[in-house]
Parts: sequence; structure tokens; C-alpha cells
Amino acid sequence: MANLALRNLTKAYGKTEVLHGINLDIQDGEFIVFVGPSGCGKSTTLRMIAGLEEITSGQIIIDERVVNNLEPKERDIAMVFQNYAIYPHMSVKKNIAFGLRSSRLSKPEKEARISEVAEILNMTSLLERKPSQLSGGQRQRVAIGRAMVRDPAVFLFDEPLSNLDAQLRTQMRLEIKKLHHRVGNTIVFVTHDQVEAMTMADRIVIMKDGHIQQIGTPADVYHRPANTFVAQFIGAPSMNMLPATLNGHQLQLASAKPIEIGLNADTRREVIVGVRPDDLILSSGEPLVAGKVTVREPLGPETLIYVETPGGEIIAKADGRTPPEVGEHVELGADLENLHIFDAKTGVVMS
Amino acid sequence: MTVLDIHPTTSAVLADPPVRRQRNMGQFLRWLLLFAGGIAMVMPIVYMISTSLKWPHEVYNINLVPDEPTLENYLYVLEDGRFYGWFWNSLLIATLTTVSNLFFDSLVGYTLCKFRFPGRQLVFIAILSTLMIPTEMLVIPWYLMSQSFGWLDSYWGIMFPGMMTAFGTFLMKQFFESVPDDFIEAARIDGLNEFQIWWTVAMPLVKPALAALAIFVFLGNWTAFLWPLVVTNSVEMYTIPVGLSGFGDEVDVAWELIMTGAAISTIPTLVVFLIFQRFIIRGVVMAGLKG
Repeated sequence: MANLALRNLTKAYGKTEVLHGINLDIQDGEFIVFVGPSGCGKSTTLRMIAGLEEITSGQIIIDERVVNNLEPKERDIAMVFQNYAIYPHMSVKKNIAFGLRSSRLSKPEKEARISEVAEILNMTSLLERKPSQLSGGQRQRVAIGRAMVRDPAVFLFDEPLSNLDAQLRTQMRLEIKKLHHRVGNTIVFVTHDQVEAMTMADRIVIMKDGHIQQIGTPADVYHRPANTFVAQFIGAPSMNMLPATLNGHQLQLASAKPIEIGLNADTRREVIVGVRPDDLILSSGEPLVAGKVTVREPLGPETLIYVETPGGEIIAKADGRTPPEVGEHVELGADLENLHIFDAKTGVVMS
Repeated sequence: MTVLDIHPTTSAVLADPPVRRQRNMGQFLRWLLLFAGGIAMVMPIVYMISTSLKWPHEVYNINLVPDEPTLENYLYVLEDGRFYGWFWNSLLIATLTTVSNLFFDSLVGYTLCKFRFPGRQLVFIAILSTLMIPTEMLVIPWYLMSQSFGWLDSYWGIMFPGMMTAFGTFLMKQFFESVPDDFIEAARIDGLNEFQIWWTVAMPLVKPALAALAIFVFLGNWTAFLWPLVVTNSVEMYTIPVGLSGFGDEVDVAWELIMTGAAISTIPTLVVFLIFQRFIIRGVVMAGLKG
């Protein structure tokens, strides 16, 4: 187990810089998830930690040791790949044992370690099988087993669940989380799926265009997003963004009465008001927005309704049993504390 | 007889007989063409065996079945001690060259495929471009090199030009493209050095290509004629094709003995081919050039 620190980490391909000074401190035993859209630099960061990509500048420190110039094998890390990377010509047992090739353990010790890992992952009966005889979930478990058997300081997961179907993904998510509770190693997990990030992480690192947008617990990034990108990236359906102006304490949304809020702007400012679909309430006394329902999406316990408002289309959640009809005029309100006010120019949160 | 007569109840046939007939005609022509091709392929082998069973006076007779079949030629060739020496030379040279090609071609192919270094593409193109140079043009430089190294009339002299081939390197490089980088990176993290990764991870995954390359190289060296003829002087160093060409005297060529030797020397290649044919087919399909 170990601490991991990234200091001003940058990566450039030729003259194109793709990572612009990443700073991050990961505590011993922490489960960190890097999340962001394609091309945000999350996998590159992970590969740099693993030693598979060269570092352009900055430092990677594992357990107080700068590992910049160390080979992957010398960094005491293990990695699980998106495509599993288990060798088709070897049995499950040999695949797991492969992680111990360069270890100094005696043969009986290696055998004991393999059995222990197989037991944890519930794979004892599959040890003699070839990967082609395994299901996707089982293959992924072999890949995790190969990483686990080495008992590394840091586990790196590069989108390991992307190739699994939805049901299996949920199941593996739970298994990895249980595994983390059990073994307690530091984990850095990369995904583009915000649900995965929210459900697994101790802390989430949200990235975009090679910059960290926000670092925080799942509750932090959901309830206190640092900017409009985070606000819209985390949570499904996305947060509604309504253009408004702030003058003193007066918040003016399109065709609605001004609202008195805690924030104060000395001069009139363009802002964006973010409000999550869950926080919009139907038929409130003081409506925030109003408009016609254009589409309904029944989800069972609740129904998503799309409402055409003067400020643009917004999504709200309505009761699953008695949702408003399509074409019906609805008024939606929200608690003031659930409103997120962002600067319209920079997108950075003001509240 | 038309198709209609054979399958009078088939509704499709009844519905549109001319189209059906046309299609059958096309099929028939295709088969005819393939049949002719097959005959053309098999004929030399049949004629080789036929000639090996003939007496010398019957050799220039075009008939396929000899008037008086004989095994005398086989007895003569097998009793002639030189043939065993040539067979051994061919076997040794073809085997060693094959092993060398499997090792070096795959090593270079892997390097060109999986490592990024300046000039990589240039090296690859340079290797590929040697495919354009015909053997006949290379024989004299090879000879001069052999001479200066003192390799004339030796195994080393016969083998050295074929120890590594551009074609093999290209074939292996293409196959290594199918090995996911994740496998290599995973092994790197697991602590293997680059040579171990090549040997324990990448090589087992390209076994079909190795089998195909083995057959290509083995057959190529087993049947090689020009270079072994040029580089060898003593009868003891001859390979089978060179040795066989020497049957007969200044006036007459003993075709029946040449064909007998050729028939016997076909056996190992036939065995190799029958064992590995499914690999060679895959190899050819994937490589997409040169047989």
C-alpha cells in the first residue's frame, strides 16, 4: 500500500501538449477514479503512472520515491487493461502466475498466493481452463487476479468494465468495490462512465482537455460542482442550465419574476443558473420556470418530462404515477439552496 | 439434359428457367477452368512418377503408363551412395535455414511492429525493397562475398544468403500487428524484459505464421538450385537438385534417374506440407502475396 502524488505532470506529443500540469495527492488505500470524456487525458495520466508513457515534465511519486525514470516493473504497480490482456495460450492458473514471474517467492509460496487469489475471486474451479472457455466477467476476474497476486503498492485500472454488458458491469463494479474493502490497496481507476465513478470512488478526479476540473468525493462533485462542465458531466440526466442575470441580490431568469438570493453582484452580470432535474418541483408557489411539456420518458417510479421554456428546453422529474400530459403547461420551482449559480463567461461556480 | 428435366418440381426453376440455366452454365465453366488448372498442376508430378518407372529407351515416349514398368531406377538411385549425402545436405541446410528464419525474421518483424524508434519506417521500406531484387542479380556478389570469407563449397556458403529473408520479416511483422499492445504492456508491467516478452508472450500468439513461414522457407531451400550450384564445387557438398542435375553424361541426360531422385526427394516436402497445410493456407491468405 502506498501514497501516490503527481506534481505538475505534463505530457506533450511533439509540440502538442495534452496534459497541462496535473497535481494530485492520493492517500494510502484510497480509491480514486479519473473520469472525463474521450481525449481528456485520463488514460494518458494512468499510463504515465504505470510507466508505459514517458513523462514530459513533472514528477510521479510513489511512497516518497520519485519513479519518473523507473521501469514499469520497478514501480510496484499492477494494471488491469480494458481488453483484459490475459494470454490466450495460457491457462487461468498460468495467467495468474505470470504476475509472479519476476518475484522472489519460493514455489510453494507462489502456489499459496495463487490459491488465495483464486479463492478471493471465486475462480478456484476455473484454474485449469483456457481464457477462450471463460465468459467476459470471468476473464476480467482473471485479469484482476493477475494484478492482485503481486500485492502491488498501487492498482491501476484502465476502463476495465467497458467491454462488459450492463448487468455484468454493475456486478463487477460491486465486486471491485468489495475487493478494495478487503485488500485495502490504493486504486486508481479510469472510466468515462460517471455512474461508475460515482458508485466506486472515495474521491473523483474530473478531467477535461488535459486539465483537472475538480477533485472531490462523489457527494462533493454532485452537490457542489466547481464549474458548468462538472455540473453537466456528473448526474444523469444532466443538470439544466438556464441563462439569467444577477443584479445585486436580484436573480432574473427569462420571463419569470426576479428572485432574491444570497449572492450579491455589484454590477449587473450574466450568469447561468444550474438546477438538477431532481430538484425541480412541479406546481410550486413561486415558479422558477414555466412551459409546455414536449416529451415524457416514463422510468417506472418517476417520469422524465421535457419542458419547453423561454430559456430553452429543460428536464424535470415528475411522479411516475401521475405525470403531466404532453402539451400541458407546467410551472416548476426549486429550493434556492439547490440552485447553482455559475459565471456565464468563465463557467466557474459563484455560489 | 437440362436442369428442368432433373428437377421438374422445383418452383424456382419453373418460375425462371433461363436464369437458372445461365447460372448452371457459369458454374460449369468455373468447374471446367478449375479442373483444367488442377490437371495442369498434377501433370508434372504424374509425369515425374511415370518417367521414374520407365526404361531409358522409353523416356522420350509421351505415354503416361510405361510399356514395361520398372523399379530399376529407384534401386539404382538408392544404391548410388551419393544420393544419401545430397539428401542429408538438403535436409540439414533446409532445416537450419528454417530455424534461422523463424528466429531472426520474427525478431526483426516484432521489433519493426512493436517498437517506435526514429527511422523505423525507413528500415522497413529498405528491407521490403530487397524483395524487388532478383536472385540472379545477387548471385555474383554473394559468390564474391563467399570467396572472401572462405565459404565456397561449404554449408555456411550455401546457407548464408537465406538465413534471414525480407519476405519472412514482412510476414511476421504483419502477423505481430494482430497481437494487442495491451499484452505486451501487461507483460512489461509484470516484470519481463523485452526479449522475454517476445519469446513468451508474442511468439506463441503467432504460431500459425511461424508454421507457414517454416513451410515457405523449408520448401524454398529444399528446391533451391541456382545458388547451391554456383557455390558448391565438390559432389559431396551438392544438394539434391544440384546432384540430380548431374545424372547422365556429356551427351545424354538420364531423365529417368533425375525423375526418380526428384520423386524420392518430394516425399519429405509432401509430409511437411500435409502436416502444416492448414497453417500454410492461413499464412498465404493473411500475407496476401508470394507463394
